[in-house]
Amino acid sequence: MKMEINNYFAPKKVEEAYELFIDNEANRFIAGGAWMKLSTKKVNDLISLDRLRLDYIKEENAFFEIGAMTSLRAIETNQQIKSYYSGILNQAVSKIMGVSVRNLATIGGSVMGKFAFSDLLGVLLVLDARLHFYKLGEISIQEFLAMKRPPRDLLVKIRIPKVSGKGYFKKVSKTHLDFSVINLAIFKGENIKIAVGSRPLAAEIASKASNFLSSQSSITDEIIENACDLVIEELKLSSNLRGSKEYRELLVRTYLKRGLGQVMNDEN
Amino acid sequence: MKINLNINGEKKTFLIENNEYLLDVLRRNNYKSVRRGCDNTSCGVCTVLFDGKPVPSCSLLAVRCKDHEITTVEGIEKEAEKLAKHFGDLGADQCGYCNPSMALTVYALKQENKNASLEEIKEYLVGNLCRCTGYISQHEAIKRYLGDES
Repeated sequence: MKMEINNYFAPKKVEEAYELFIDNEANRFIAGGAWMKLSTKKVNDLISLDRLRLDYIKEENAFFEIGAMTSLRAIETNQQIKSYYSGILNQAVSKIMGVSVRNLATIGGSVMGKFAFSDLLGVLLVLDARLHFYKLGEISIQEFLAMKRPPRDLLVKIRIPKVSGKGYFKKVSKTHLDFSVINLAIFKGENIKIAVGSRPLAAEIASKASNFLSSQSSITDEIIENACDLVIEELKLSSNLRGSKEYRELLVRTYLKRGLGQVMNDEN
Repeated sequence: MKINLNINGEKKTFLIENNEYLLDVLRRNNYKSVRRGCDNTSCGVCTVLFDGKPVPSCSLLAVRCKDHEITTVEGIEKEAEKLAKHFGDLGADQCGYCNPSMALTVYALKQENKNASLEEIKEYLVGNLCRCTGYISQHEAIKRYLGDES
């Protein structure tokens, strides 16, 4: 069944888009719209963000700034971003469906959807991405994901700190086009951060394991085993049609070991 | 509402609903080369070029296409014929249902990276399913097409 849409607007200014949006609880923004068919909602005003000029990637001294309407494909192919974080941001988006969907889907839509299957959210978590809303201002991706309901606001841009470090990303899926059975992101900058998504719940930082590993002066096999135990203990893994809880635990252990081995052993 | 769309270089006016997808509008208006498959972004047979980039028309609201350039396989006729020749030479063609979308996607790849390796071709075509050929002959034909400067 298609979404019911009473009116459609494509404003040219962010302020105008926001004013239209807050006018009625049943008004919605549309970004890329790639996952629109997952919704059968009734919408009063559908407000397109197409004309707000939010499709850009800027490299500043301390961060990358990505407009909310930037396509996943533009991020995937951006060479400046690829030269940071061991390329994990590019890798994560490159595994989402096919090129044609990635030309349509945007970073803003992917974040605001808080999709449990998202491969992008875990990487944004380990890279400490900051979200900039029109009214709310700046919040961390972690704060955003912890909110029970997303703010009634317009996500304008995302900033990702330019930090040196080593990253690892792994998506496990049954086919190229399927959603993840599990996805895992690790980034070792000054500290180590681990995030696991599609558990099947949405991506979350494994704080205890991340803090435990960050506090170690050297990493042994035993420490990595302990870190795996902590991840399994603190992040809720469960079963759905894509995989059982037990299978997910095995996948997390396997790829966490490989990922930690990779980020620990190689120096930038 | 009435909407003006640029399709294959021609300006066309269509009557659409706010919630209609481009695929539905195109097919209703006899652009039958744009095929309906899964209708949920998974198979790729509904691919069109949107400002030169492949997108699934099954998930793009038609109302968003105002002032953008839409290209179906009829808009790249000469390039599609070249690709068809290589497909024919290598027996890479069976039922033909996916051919228009495959041609558009491969044409877009040629604009981006005409020296694409086999792996890059495979990656680019992940979203274009073909249920007949098993892909191997297609990949070889595409490789030849990318190098075809005729």
